[in-house]
Amino acid sequence: MMSSNGDGRYAVQIRHLNVFYGPRLAVREITMPIARNKITAFIGPSGCGKSTVLRAINRMNDLIPEARVEGEVIYRGENIYRPEIDPVEIRRRIGMVFQKPNPFPKSIYDNVAYGPRVLGIKDRRTLDQIVEQSLRQAALWDEVKDDLKKSGLALSGGQQQRLCIARALAVEPDVILMDEPCSALDPIATERIEDLMKELVVDYSIVIVTHNMQQARRVSEYTAFFTTDESRTGELVEFDRTDKVFSMPSDPRTADYIAGRFG
Amino acid sequence: MGEQVQDRQSFVPGDQAFQDDLRRRHRRAKRWQVFFFASLVVGLLALLALFANVADEAFGTIAIASKYSEAEVLAALSEARGVTVEGPLEALENDDLAQVLALYIPRRVPVIVRDELSRVKPEDFTRVPLREALAGATLPPDIADLTISQLSLEQQTAILSANLTHDVLYARVLNDVIGLDILKSWTLSRTLFDYAGIEAEFQALVAAQDPPNPQLKPHSWLNSTFVTGTQSSYPELAGIRTAILGTLWIMALTMLIAFPLGVGAAIYLEEYAHSGNWLERLIETNIRNLAGVPSIIYGLLGLAIFVRALAPISSGALFGFNEANGRTIFSAAMTMALLILPVIIIAAQEAIRAVPQSIRDASYGLGATQWQTIWYQVLPAALPGILTGTILSMSRAIGETAPLIVIGASAVIFVDPSGPFSKFTALPIQIWQWTARPQEEFRNLAAAAIIVLLALLLVLNSAAIILRQRVSNRLRG
Repeated sequence: MMSSNGDGRYAVQIRHLNVFYGPRLAVREITMPIARNKITAFIGPSGCGKSTVLRAINRMNDLIPEARVEGEVIYRGENIYRPEIDPVEIRRRIGMVFQKPNPFPKSIYDNVAYGPRVLGIKDRRTLDQIVEQSLRQAALWDEVKDDLKKSGLALSGGQQQRLCIARALAVEPDVILMDEPCSALDPIATERIEDLMKELVVDYSIVIVTHNMQQARRVSEYTAFFTTDESRTGELVEFDRTDKVFSMPSDPRTADYIAGRFG
Repeated sequence: MGEQVQDRQSFVPGDQAFQDDLRRRHRRAKRWQVFFFASLVVGLLALLALFANVADEAFGTIAIASKYSEAEVLAALSEARGVTVEGPLEALENDDLAQVLALYIPRRVPVIVRDELSRVKPEDFTRVPLREALAGATLPPDIADLTISQLSLEQQTAILSANLTHDVLYARVLNDVIGLDILKSWTLSRTLFDYAGIEAEFQALVAAQDPPNPQLKPHSWLNSTFVTGTQSSYPELAGIRTAILGTLWIMALTMLIAFPLGVGAAIYLEEYAHSGNWLERLIETNIRNLAGVPSIIYGLLGLAIFVRALAPISSGALFGFNEANGRTIFSAAMTMALLILPVIIIAAQEAIRAVPQSIRDASYGLGATQWQTIWYQVLPAALPGILTGTILSMSRAIGETAPLIVIGASAVIFVDPSGPFSKFTALPIQIWQWTARPQEEFRNLAAAAIIVLLALLLVLNSAAIILRQRVSNRLRG
């Protein structure tokens, strides 16, 4: 991995980020770092803008026609929202795993090979290697190695999500953004994904949005708590080490949320 | 079907109002159910009536007369050959059929050679040597420099036998020797339920007109001669090969033009143009309205633009073809393509819209460009839906008659279409043209042509559906 590049401890830095949907301000003034080779969890009630911030990190918000972003997201010393930056390159470096497992309606092999292929890799042997390595990293290889030609949609939900992780790994990103990756999975599949995240964090920086506070507590090193103000605009209330957020929250709203008093 | 609602007791005694209301509601549900079922039955009956009507016309009984009977002709041929020739006539070899022509109509043999094989003007035919007059035909070298008049009857007959197909020779024998004449035709229903009546009519007909060799026989207007033959003013010889080929040519070209254009426009509207401004809305509304414009109006458009304004292109003159005007397959296909373009665009738009956003997100999330996302993910996932819409539009186009009439399809044409710049006729034109004739027999032919059209439609649709099924199976893996 290319962990020696960039500015030290941080994989990404978000600075004064505002995101608008049409005229509506969805999140206001987010400033926070994403630590390198650590898991950072975004928690908060529904509609607080945590997914919006996540999608701002690799410019997925560009795909929503009415979305508009202000502020900076610094990655490798560059603001990725500078006009000269191609979002396609950003998304290849900062990968994404979505809430609902969304394998392509293609074979397992083609799912994983899709990323390298769009990057122009055609050599069959190189692709074979990448597919095997990515599936091993995603702890899926042993389960699917004998039928790589099977449709990705034929796998179980947990396997599909690991396939999506393998697919994201195949383009060798620095950062992996996970948008509630376990919300559609059963507890056993969830546990496997969590174990996988702990293994992957050695090589990658991971950001996970989760509704499940216990999950944030189990896997993450840092936690950001978002909530909405009275005008339904999301804001960052607290960002700190996970143990600190959960044991000694500095903001009463964080304490209320963690105690289950709202959200 | 419905539940038993009559004598049900209420759980709560005394609530009579509720019970009455409930019974009323059940009765209303029942009435609607009966109505829905009746609609289905009416629809099915209408379909059945259509098929029955077509079959009624296409099959039945005919009364024929002929100058000579088959047996007479076979006997004459046997005598000439010196051996017994077995029938039926249709099974005879080329040289036997040619011999029949020579026996019965010797003076017409050179005329048949001229009609079927001549490559020169009629007035030159008897003057120029055969090498030139029959260029391309199989000729014995010793007669190539002679003219037709210098040949013996045997030599002329040999030319026919060597150069005409069996079907043409047989048709000539039927037409010119036997002189088959259909006196009257009866429908399938009368054949099945009132054959005695038909026989009585037949006897009366024979008594009144005294035709030579009268014969009453069952007849299918849909037969191999009909499907493979060319047009003729004799109903017993008329065929629809040119019309089938015309229809296939038009459909192929139409699809070639309309499919890429329609899918392309749909991709642009769905994937690129999503700012939702007034221009886009105007375009979308217009496309939807265009899908409902009557086809004859497209015909007028095609006449004005493709046939008239673009005559040099649509007649093929620009590419060195020698068609006199733009009433060609090219014009027909362009008009049909315009006609079905809105339907394809709308169907493709809906299919593209139905592709889950999550697939696009996944593709973009891996660093794919918009084009890669469309080409590798959106289009393959939308293809089954796009094909469904295309199949429907094709079914519509194949039966369209009005625009073809307006742009000037040939009503009578004897030459098979050979390319985009040929004159043409098409199955619906042929059907329309035959139903407009006064003779009963042509209505029978029209019914037979309708069966062919329906069969063609079924074949094309099945092919497209199988294709769609394979595509969507491949996607599901």
